[in-house]
Amino acid sequence: MTSISKPRIPLATLPANEIGLTVRDYEGAMSTLCAGCGHDSVTAALVRSLFELSIPPHRIVKMSGIGCSSKTPTYFASGAHGFNSVHGRMAPIAAGANAANRSSIHIGISGDGDSLSIGAGHLVHAIRRNVRMLYVIENNGVYGLTKGQFSASADVGSTAKHGEANEVAPIDPVQLALSLGATFVARGFSGDKAQLVPILKAALEHRGFALVDVISPCVQFNNHVGSTKSYHYVRDHELKEIEQDFVPPMRETAARLPHGGTIVVTLPDGGRIRFGTLPEEYDPRDRGAALHYAAQAQQRGEIPTGVLFVDEGTRDIHELNSTPDEPLISLPFEALCPGADALARFQDGFQ
Amino acid sequence: MEPTDASNPQFYHRIVECQWACPAHTDVPEYIRLIAQGEYAQAYMLNRKTNVFPGILGRTCDRPCEPACRRTRVDGKSVAICRLKRVAADAKGAIASMLPSIPKEKNGKRIACVGAGPASLALANDLMPLGYEVTIFEAGAMPGGLMRSNIPAFRLPVEVLDDEIASIVDMGVDVRYASPIESLRSLLGEGFDAIFIGSGAPKGKDMELEGRSGDAATNIHIGIEWLQSVAFGHVTGIGGRVLVIGVGNTAMDCCRTALRIGGADVKVMARRPRRFFKASEWELEDAEEEGVEIVVNHAPSRFVTEGGKLVGVDFDILEWDEGARVSTKVGSAHFPCDDVILAVGQENAFSWVERDLGVDFDEWGMLIADPVTHQTTLPGVFVGGDAAWGPKNIVTAVAHAHAAAISINNFCEGVPVEERPEDGMTLSSQKMGLTQWSYYNDYNSSPRQAMEHVALAQRLSDLGLEVEVGFDSDQAAREVQRCLNCDVEPIFKANLCIECDACIDICPVQCLTIVQNEDDEGVLRSKLNAPTRNPNEPLYVSGPLPQTGQVMVQDEDLCVHCGLCAERCPTGAWNMEKFELNLAYLAMSKSRRKS
Repeated sequence: MTSISKPRIPLATLPANEIGLTVRDYEGAMSTLCAGCGHDSVTAALVRSLFELSIPPHRIVKMSGIGCSSKTPTYFASGAHGFNSVHGRMAPIAAGANAANRSSIHIGISGDGDSLSIGAGHLVHAIRRNVRMLYVIENNGVYGLTKGQFSASADVGSTAKHGEANEVAPIDPVQLALSLGATFVARGFSGDKAQLVPILKAALEHRGFALVDVISPCVQFNNHVGSTKSYHYVRDHELKEIEQDFVPPMRETAARLPHGGTIVVTLPDGGRIRFGTLPEEYDPRDRGAALHYAAQAQQRGEIPTGVLFVDEGTRDIHELNSTPDEPLISLPFEALCPGADALARFQDGFQ
Repeated sequence: MEPTDASNPQFYHRIVECQWACPAHTDVPEYIRLIAQGEYAQAYMLNRKTNVFPGILGRTCDRPCEPACRRTRVDGKSVAICRLKRVAADAKGAIASMLPSIPKEKNGKRIACVGAGPASLALANDLMPLGYEVTIFEAGAMPGGLMRSNIPAFRLPVEVLDDEIASIVDMGVDVRYASPIESLRSLLGEGFDAIFIGSGAPKGKDMELEGRSGDAATNIHIGIEWLQSVAFGHVTGIGGRVLVIGVGNTAMDCCRTALRIGGADVKVMARRPRRFFKASEWELEDAEEEGVEIVVNHAPSRFVTEGGKLVGVDFDILEWDEGARVSTKVGSAHFPCDDVILAVGQENAFSWVERDLGVDFDEWGMLIADPVTHQTTLPGVFVGGDAAWGPKNIVTAVAHAHAAAISINNFCEGVPVEERPEDGMTLSSQKMGLTQWSYYNDYNSSPRQAMEHVALAQRLSDLGLEVEVGFDSDQAAREVQRCLNCDVEPIFKANLCIECDACIDICPVQCLTIVQNEDDEGVLRSKLNAPTRNPNEPLYVSGPLPQTGQVMVQDEDLCVHCGLCAERCPTGAWNMEKFELNLAYLAMSKSRRKS
């Protein structure tokens, strides 16, 4: 909580994006999360990404479940549509919203509790369906809202605030997603927006389900010595071998990486993910290699970050289901609901 | 870049731009906060500590603080600091008990001051509480110098002037009226321990043009002499058509005074374009509102007389280059008039200083004095106010007096005058609770409050009627909320930072950046979240942060001191602390009083 709202200060120097909005126009309500929460930095990274991509706020659909993480949609793009579902049910809501209106930009924000415990069953099927959305897991290894119990992503040996160690094997959302056929898998760190913003921008442009696991420390319950998801531990164990940047369409100069890199993946609207340095014999388009890399790193206690895997070739939810090219709302009523005769003819086809 | 050294009081002093720009370094943010709280007497006393004449300056100050005010960087209009000062003075109530006490037992040192203007009075105000005996020699019959003779009563009521001067004279200052000093040699012979020359720049400049001498001269007036004559009632009228030549604040006082005693068609004639005028913008506006016409690019060439009577002035019409340095004559014009007032500057007059005493003069006839100590080339003789380096303004005279007081105190105690006490500072945490501050931290988007003026017809009919009505308490409180609290500093402790980015994310003006340090300031600036708008504003650069070795950089130019960085900081690496400048001359009086 803060004593005041972030004041609106009319600074002439605040740059506007292609649609005339400033970064402040992508903010939302004031956060009531704890001071120093990683989630607020994720929010700031989202605000920055949406601003830089010049996305009109009204085209965004932001969805969440329950938990500290799930408060995030309130804190960005106050001009967007939103839905706050019950615990763990953001994924099916997002799948439905995406099926109905393919022209919107769907952003789901979840946490390690919401996605890897109560909502794990829904997450895996959203991945399988290749729902076209950005799915962010704000991953801090604890249930912050209920005062710091271990979550399903807590590492073995990581200690709670009062000293006891976790003994149950963790779920790594990256390996989970890779094994289920996810078409975009990345990991970021809330304490490194220089890396996180290009990841989020690439994910927003991805044609399919983009999972971004963001290590987002819980400053209140999981930022102590002994935690494997503290600011300090993550900085010490982060494996940043995979270097990439998001290059907007037609704008080579906007890229951060100084030189070409070896691999370039083109996104549907012409934006590109350009990879710079990579581990030896690593290809971010090779699912097996990515899975192997992530598992090896986990065994060594390292946290690989970056765009670990991307596949722009697999069919997304709309192609898989042959949905109309237009959002359902733009179809005439007769097309959406063709009547009893049409239903009868359809059913005849199964006889 | 090297980590910023914030231990020097001047680092934070510079951030409080209003205080920094004020020659007397008045603690503006604190006194205007006191005004908003209705603590008028305290606000007045805080002012008085540094600028000595809050009521007078609240109406007449040149306001160097206002162009410096950081609020202009946000919405273009500074806080109305000067008018707020007047609110404190108008509503202060009884303050006699809060004035410094004067020791009954004197320290045996006698100081002579020449002239009872603001410089000498402010010097007496500094020295009397220390036990000095101060004697002021004044040529006229009343104290105040140019504050009385040159500032018309419609801008500065006589009661305000009398009240603030009395608070000093009543300390027991021996003011000898009608006692012009005609010889420094004889004054030196009177056994004073030190002499302070505060005799001002009393001579108005003349303009030697064709037609200046002769009978027409009775209708050609020297601005400051004419204002003086009006102030003391010797002159009560003027012709209907008046030309005022010059565009300083004296010219503005002349034209507005002329309107009140018979002038109907009053024009101010300027040699140069408007943006090169010396007068304050608000004084130009007030004059124009009253119907004065300002004519630019006209240089007088000849006073035109007919039968020994002034009938007008011929002017050359000029065209100027970009910087208004070089002009070309492009035509000429004649302006008929009944009277001309020359307000083209003032000069010092040191005919009473013998040239063989060891007091040296420069080639322009000005006293040579040290800009810090104010000592002339004759030890024990000091100078301040307009007498020192030519005409400036009241608050500068006060600042000179403070500096001279330190020197005189040193001199009388046998300490070298160059040994200046240093300014100190206090930083006090403003934290009251988790998200509570002992200052009002929210940004207020109100526009600058407009000042109500007395109706035009009414003010022109009464020479003594003050034009500005003054802010009421609600207006004052609203105006104070526009202050960005530049004295409440975000203070950073690098060793506590965990680089969570919370402060960076919440900052409403993006003035914070965590970044890899650079040797070159330009390179570092290019990596900041907000582009540099003001390259003269020094960056705050922290030491290396514990986790990554990056540094925290703050571009103070944009900071609105909302304290959100400190509210969002989980480790207390940021805190809001109030900066208080402990001025050297104030410390001097404290230590002296204790002993």
